[in-house]
Amino acid sequence: MDKIWLVFQREYLVRVRKKSFIVMTILGPLLMALVMIVPIWLATMSDDTKIVQVLDESGYLKGKLTSTEELKFVNVAGTLEEAKASYLKSEDAALLYIPKIDLEKPQGIQLFSQKSTSLAMKGSLEKQVRQELEEVKFANSGIDQQVLDKIKTPISIRTVNLSAEGEKSSDVAVTTGVGFIGAFLIYLFIFIYGAQIMRGVIEEKTSRILEVMVSSVKPFQLMAGKIMGIAAVGLTQFLLWIILTSAISGGVAARFDLKRFSDAQINQTMQGMENDRDALQAQEIHEVVSAAQNLNVPLLVGSFLFYFLGGYLLYGALFGAVGAAVDSETDSQQFMLPITVPLILSFIVAQTIIVKNPNGPVAFWMSMIPFTSPVVMMLRLPFGVPGWEMALSMLLLVLGFIGTIWVAARIYRVGILMYGKKVNYRELSKWLFYKG
Amino acid sequence: MQPILQIQGVSKFYEAHQALNQVSFDVPKGSIFGLLGPNGAGKTSLIRIITQITAPDEGRVFFEGQPLQPQHVQQIGYLPEERGLYKKMKVGEQLVYLARLRGMEKADAVQRIKVWAERLNLKEWLTKNVEDLSKGMQQKVQFIATVLHEPKLLILDEPFSGFDPVNANIIRDEILKLREQGCTVIFSTHRMESVEQMCDYIVMINQSQKVLEGSVREVKSRYTSHTYQVEGTGKLMITSPDFKVLSQKQHGNHFQAQVQLEPQVGPNQLLRYLIERVEVQHFQEEVPSIHDIFVQTVTEE
Repeated sequence: MDKIWLVFQREYLVRVRKKSFIVMTILGPLLMALVMIVPIWLATMSDDTKIVQVLDESGYLKGKLTSTEELKFVNVAGTLEEAKASYLKSEDAALLYIPKIDLEKPQGIQLFSQKSTSLAMKGSLEKQVRQELEEVKFANSGIDQQVLDKIKTPISIRTVNLSAEGEKSSDVAVTTGVGFIGAFLIYLFIFIYGAQIMRGVIEEKTSRILEVMVSSVKPFQLMAGKIMGIAAVGLTQFLLWIILTSAISGGVAARFDLKRFSDAQINQTMQGMENDRDALQAQEIHEVVSAAQNLNVPLLVGSFLFYFLGGYLLYGALFGAVGAAVDSETDSQQFMLPITVPLILSFIVAQTIIVKNPNGPVAFWMSMIPFTSPVVMMLRLPFGVPGWEMALSMLLLVLGFIGTIWVAARIYRVGILMYGKKVNYRELSKWLFYKG
Repeated sequence: MQPILQIQGVSKFYEAHQALNQVSFDVPKGSIFGLLGPNGAGKTSLIRIITQITAPDEGRVFFEGQPLQPQHVQQIGYLPEERGLYKKMKVGEQLVYLARLRGMEKADAVQRIKVWAERLNLKEWLTKNVEDLSKGMQQKVQFIATVLHEPKLLILDEPFSGFDPVNANIIRDEILKLREQGCTVIFSTHRMESVEQMCDYIVMINQSQKVLEGSVREVKSRYTSHTYQVEGTGKLMITSPDFKVLSQKQHGNHFQAQVQLEPQVGPNQLLRYLIERVEVQHFQEEVPSIHDIFVQTVTEE
């Protein structure tokens, strides 16, 4: 135990003091903050106002088109040919031509432009023209606009999980989001730090330190100390990232008053509606908040840590074994594949099948198999998983990592003292049964 | 006196071949013990059994009379042939780490590292990264790491490879000093001249088996060919059936000859025979070198 602790300390300290660790710890949050801030910043830089010339022969739209920040409408007169000629001389964005039209079948509306128009501009123009024409039609048909507004009925279905214990509001978006973040973190962590374990072992092999080491430490102690040390490095980095990211993005947001804007932006997109309806918006926000509150946070955090560590140990041991079996990183590919496939598969399936049907058979089986359960179970958890499934999955994961650590330790023990030997799967399987 | 290490009937099998076959010998305390053999003879397998990296399939090993146990690791220092250091670690920290893995307290380790660094002129390098050191200096660091915990038994596998002659001498002197302090040294090498120079006892392993064992002098006398170099003045004519002249040169009145004695004949008889006939200026037994014995044993097998 002492020796595992010594190995753990070395693995941790050497990595944490490396320049690359410090650089990544600082750059990571900067990059993340950049990813979050740049789109918002770009959005705030409104494009130049585009001037659209309008030639209205129908008379329906005279002065009705309202200029916005992006689009400014200027009425022009004359024939289409004249308008076209004068438009070509101007630097305006486009020329909108509305001929004399039949209200029932409006045809022949054209947009001339020197450069291709964007889809957004076309959409926005179509919407405005449609609204104006509809209004004219309403007026003609005798329907009062106010009456119509009253008839429009916004609908939002409140989803509630019903169980013996009572009712709980749930929000599919929130539930999926929480699960997805957990699953993604586990996936990312296993990949980044699993590969580090492998590289660490290969480095020890190529630097020929291993024979000195194993004459004073048992290979298992060496492997265990290394896996745990690197896990601690990863957790440290994650923790620092979370702290720094929130500090940086918080600071930047406060400085540029972006927060208000981005909140507004988010609300707008969530709404996805043409008209603001405060009551509905409030209702929706309330739904999200209450759904978030209704998530069983201690259970989620607890099982996140469990699956996080379980999955990492399971895969970490295997990555360590691969490192021991090969002489250089280039040889590691053939052994990496069977390790990465279940991991990638679980993540892909997580995004598709499991989100659609979190309690279906695929979801069930994948959350039982230890190789896929860390990612898949995280995704299923917020939807509520029966207690026995949870217990069985955890038990299988524990058995799974004990099993892989046993296998890995045996491969490791033989592999670390083999130099310059190309290893294949048959060879590896023999190593499992070598005597001490 | 009880031997520090007893190896009794040790065998080790790998899948396709047998690395060691019923090897037995004792390593006397306080000796420098040469473990010789051609490449692939099974030396490394044996060393890995003594250092408990692997276990024997058959046979037993005793350390100071006790069956080999994990805590004996702290009494053994091992310098493997395939040796290295963590490149991205400071020399001093690395030595402390390796010493603590061998059961030393941190403060003790720091103390002794200072002493050793002084002795081997490494003091100003302790705070440098290993990768900044020359290969020779790295070897010195490895040597310090091996002896730092003051082991009773030191196992050195090709200790001089990679050293220039000056540093090789420094290391040789340190090994001899350690022996004086009571340390036993098992010395595995292909350099027969250093075996001749340093070893008290040798064991030779060839094709997984022990083929030769004993003190250096004993082994040499066993391989003696009873041949003598004789030089002097006069005309040498040997007619006795007790002596066999292997070669003879005559330059005027000066002769040089190589004479082999028949088994039951002693060197004094040859001398007596010569004194009566010529004037002897030089008389020396041709002793086989360990190198010759090594080559002869290996090729005979």
